[in-house]
Amino acid sequence: MKRRDFLKASLGGTAALLGSSAEARGNLEPAEEAIGMLFDSTLCIGCKACVSKCKEVNDMPPVPMGDETQYDAALDLSPKTLNVIKVYTAGEGTHKDQTEDGFAFEKRSCMHCVDPGCVSVCPVTALTRHPKTGIVAYNADACIGCRTCMTGCPYNVPQFDYDNPFGEIHKCQMCNQAGVERIDNGMMTGCAEACPTGATLFGTRKALLEEAQRRMTLKPGEIYNYPRGDVRNPDSHHEKAVPEYKQHIWGEKEAGGTNVLHISAVPFDKLGMPPLGERSYASISETVQHTLYQYLALPAIALAGLTYVVRRNNNDDDEGES
Amino acid sequence: MSEHQPLKRPIITLPFIVLSVIALVGLYFLALRFVNGMGFVTNLNSGYAWGLWVVYDVIVGTALACGGYALAITVYVMNKGKYHPLIRPALLASLLGYALGGLGAFIDMGRWWQFYNIFLPWHMNFNSVMLEVGLCVATYILVLFIEFSPAFLEKIGAKGLLKSLNKVLFLFIALGVLLPTMHQSSLGTMLIAMGYKVHPLWQTLHIQPLLAVLTALTMGFAVVVFEASFSAVGFRRPSETPLLAGLGKAIVGLLGAYLIIRFAEIILQGKLGLIFAGDLGSLMFFLETALFAFPLLVLLSPQRRQSGPYLLYAAVSMLLAGALYRFNAFLITYDPGPGYSYFPSVSEIMVTAGIVAIEIMAYLVVVKMFPVLHNADPA
Repeated sequence: MKRRDFLKASLGGTAALLGSSAEARGNLEPAEEAIGMLFDSTLCIGCKACVSKCKEVNDMPPVPMGDETQYDAALDLSPKTLNVIKVYTAGEGTHKDQTEDGFAFEKRSCMHCVDPGCVSVCPVTALTRHPKTGIVAYNADACIGCRTCMTGCPYNVPQFDYDNPFGEIHKCQMCNQAGVERIDNGMMTGCAEACPTGATLFGTRKALLEEAQRRMTLKPGEIYNYPRGDVRNPDSHHEKAVPEYKQHIWGEKEAGGTNVLHISAVPFDKLGMPPLGERSYASISETVQHTLYQYLALPAIALAGLTYVVRRNNNDDDEGES
Repeated sequence: MSEHQPLKRPIITLPFIVLSVIALVGLYFLALRFVNGMGFVTNLNSGYAWGLWVVYDVIVGTALACGGYALAITVYVMNKGKYHPLIRPALLASLLGYALGGLGAFIDMGRWWQFYNIFLPWHMNFNSVMLEVGLCVATYILVLFIEFSPAFLEKIGAKGLLKSLNKVLFLFIALGVLLPTMHQSSLGTMLIAMGYKVHPLWQTLHIQPLLAVLTALTMGFAVVVFEASFSAVGFRRPSETPLLAGLGKAIVGLLGAYLIIRFAEIILQGKLGLIFAGDLGSLMFFLETALFAFPLLVLLSPQRRQSGPYLLYAAVSMLLAGALYRFNAFLITYDPGPGYSYFPSVSEIMVTAGIVAIEIMAYLVVVKMFPVLHNADPA
């Protein structure tokens, strides 16, 4: 009898689960006036002016090579490095932007996801996506240091400072964190401003996506007038022959898209980009979580059923013993 | 007179002294962690943000502490009163396991001095699985404390309080079934957001919570069998094999359901080839599946369910299976991308060993001071 009661209660719960099941949450849409960057790997000459400028703007020390600090020797993202240029080489490594026997540069920094995993998983809202600019920002005063953001970031961007007993997460905040606020003051990001070739362009996601799509349609070998600085109002231009672009704009769709877009003549998996589909993992995780916990309805029903059954069984025990 | 009694044995024994040495070494490295930072004692890096402390102390540790949860379902929900003698020791192990799991989460927090932010409503992110786990585990520790408190109240003779508590205890027992169902499943849900970093054989997306809670239950039952067998041998108390044999039946059902769902997901998602890929993932999958299948085969036979040693082998295999499932998903086959690797440092391992030692010492002290174990001879 009692077992049947329990089964009934749990069946009721299952029915509620199927009935009230929260609608699957799709990928988030880009913020209305999302700010972003376009990195064109074929324009990058590996000068690392962006790395140096990033350190200056964000007040971070250069990474020494051995004991000496002749220049910033940062090899990867770290608590001291929010932006870095990495190199791909294959075979002889002699031809730029060639997959075989070639080399190519790749910028690594926060991609400012449209549907950021880090924001979705953070228990204390230390990571946020700005409703207007789409910038993914970090608030150390909220952060408890659980590092779930690091596990939830497909690009391994958030860096926890393990060597500091009072460390925090470090990530690119598009030069707009309190005290820097370049975007709010009408400036562009440090790296885009410093880039001499326009490999890192600043602008709205929309304008940058249009520019990237335009470059996809260019014929290899023809001359194109490449802008520098802000794509909407370039500082200057330079003419260059169009390379053989891969027909792929990274960040247009990957895991819901990113505000920082990349284009290249070498496949992105060779440049260290992760294997991502179009659906964001955050949207799947939140769909499961909200199906189970929307308004705490299911737990409440389950608790009511359990309380009823436990109480009945407990009373029986008392009668049996006394 | 209570049906439970303190075990009349000396507290300071040789094993106890050995454990306290391990605990002291662990505490020494723990102190270094707080003074010099996590990088000083752990091998954590940007790719492997979670290491031994999270995966063992919290994720495996709380699953090993599911004995109280599994028995609460058996006794209070399924109304199998005959298992009542096993409940108190199981609750104690659960309380200690969860309390030290909470401690493990705290020492792993990079910004531990702000831990209370998770309890402040204006900081809460209700999309976060981690929030659900944190709040739920914290509440469950309190619930376990209340569920276990009759043992303390009997000891100090607070009869009035005990009587009032018994009147409302059903509410806490119900919570004690609901809360572990919630956060043990959520510990699986946590893997979803890690996406491709979790090996496809373990990245089951929508059914992560179901697999997590099923394996937590098998570990809960296994730990009850293990503890009962162990205290029968260790404290030379009468064996509880007839009782445990009944639990064996429940275990068979759970293991069968788990294996069917696990393989159905792999086959339906077309991941069968990965099992035979001959890499680390397929090796670990074989090992893990063997550890889940062995107890099922052992306990399918009613004769073997009645045998103390067979029950113990099955329990140990199940504990290893559930632990390996978690280690595989979160650490061993976890791959954040090229260039990252992780193996725990000696000091990291010593902190975990210290926490386990403290847990066992606390268990030994409490069963010798408070009425926890069931009377050997009915008075």
